[in-house]
Amino acid sequence: MNEMREQIRSYIVDNFLFGDDNGLDDSASFLESGMIDSTGILEVIGFLEENFSIKVKDDELIPENLDSIGNILGFLDRKLATA
Amino acid sequence: MTASQQFSADVLTINLEKEAGRIASCIRDFMKNRLKRRGIVIGLSGGIDSSVTAALAVKALGPARVFGLEMPERHSAAETTSLSRAVIDHLAIESLRIDISPILASVGFYQLYDNAVRMVIPEYATGWKSKVVTSSVFENQGFSMMSIVAQSPDGTTVKARLPLKPYLEIVAATNFKQRTRKMLEYYHADRLNYAVAGTPNRLEYDQGFFVKLGDGASDLKPIAHLYKTQVYRMAEYLGIPERIRNRPPTTDTYSLSQGQDEFYFSLPYHQMDLCLYGKNKGVAPEALAAATGLQAEQVQKVYDDIDTKRSTTRYLHLKPLLMEKIAEISV
Repeated sequence: MNEMREQIRSYIVDNFLFGDDNGLDDSASFLESGMIDSTGILEVIGFLEENFSIKVKDDELIPENLDSIGNILGFLDRKLATA
Repeated sequence: MTASQQFSADVLTINLEKEAGRIASCIRDFMKNRLKRRGIVIGLSGGIDSSVTAALAVKALGPARVFGLEMPERHSAAETTSLSRAVIDHLAIESLRIDISPILASVGFYQLYDNAVRMVIPEYATGWKSKVVTSSVFENQGFSMMSIVAQSPDGTTVKARLPLKPYLEIVAATNFKQRTRKMLEYYHADRLNYAVAGTPNRLEYDQGFFVKLGDGASDLKPIAHLYKTQVYRMAEYLGIPERIRNRPPTTDTYSLSQGQDEFYFSLPYHQMDLCLYGKNKGVAPEALAAATGLQAEQVQKVYDDIDTKRSTTRYLHLKPLLMEKIAEISV
């Protein structure tokens, strides 16, 4: 889980914050903070599908699954458990 | 305004004669004092916005100082050129029709577009038609997603969600259309010493429904402050031919017929106008619900979607960013 968290966090910080972590909280909403827009969410989905060999379904495209590092971790946890 | 107060669609009623006169006066002032050009070039799509913009330009400057450009391409709807021709005849302005298909073909547009669609629909081939659609703000539970809808020559329809790469490829390729048209508008503006008029209405301008340096580029935007409902009423006041006024709003961008509401806006324009007005004036969703035929929760979703689109399209409105202000240059 820790390794997965680091992988996701590192991707988010590198890709969307150009490496400036600025104490990003795992629970910070991507959309509310303005950090990631709807195109950015497509990037996140592409990253998850490519790196974790999963397919994100239409009905899984909800903030509860994708709108923060913590939410992504929880989503991946549930997704990989049923894979 | 609270829920107990009456809200009605009448809020969009304006004095058309006075407003048309004010816009015409502004156009003359801009031409004389700011732009210092002798006339106006307008791309005419056969739609309501470009027709009204052209009619207002004629009201301001006279028909001899307005130049219309019709720029269809192979995906344009069959009625596009007959409608743009109708407004040219109605306004008695000089015009030119340029089929931009060869320009688009030479930059590889059709091939690039088809290749991108084939990333998600491998069987997409010659004779197929397609369009991009967005998920409804009322249906999606969080993020709005774009899909491609393709129709085979035998009428079979296929719909597929667009992942990042094909989505960006399709948008980038399609933007060639608006940018090619703008390039031609500026060629003729330079040749004639004219300015270029943009044609967005308020919904399009506010919600970023335009291509940066494509249809978003212009020297003046005479109807950017008018809600679409007001544009239709202005069209009637200005005597724009009825068949143009009766045409449903279309993007006329994709080979498969596509309404603006399924591509970008959540609702038909008459409801979307009222929601945007309500949002701008701080009207409570409950008060707006009855006038729009929506439920208060739906109005709130549209309000939220307006904020999202404003935020995600802010970049389109931005001028190039400078590292520091250059005080000697103020515009």
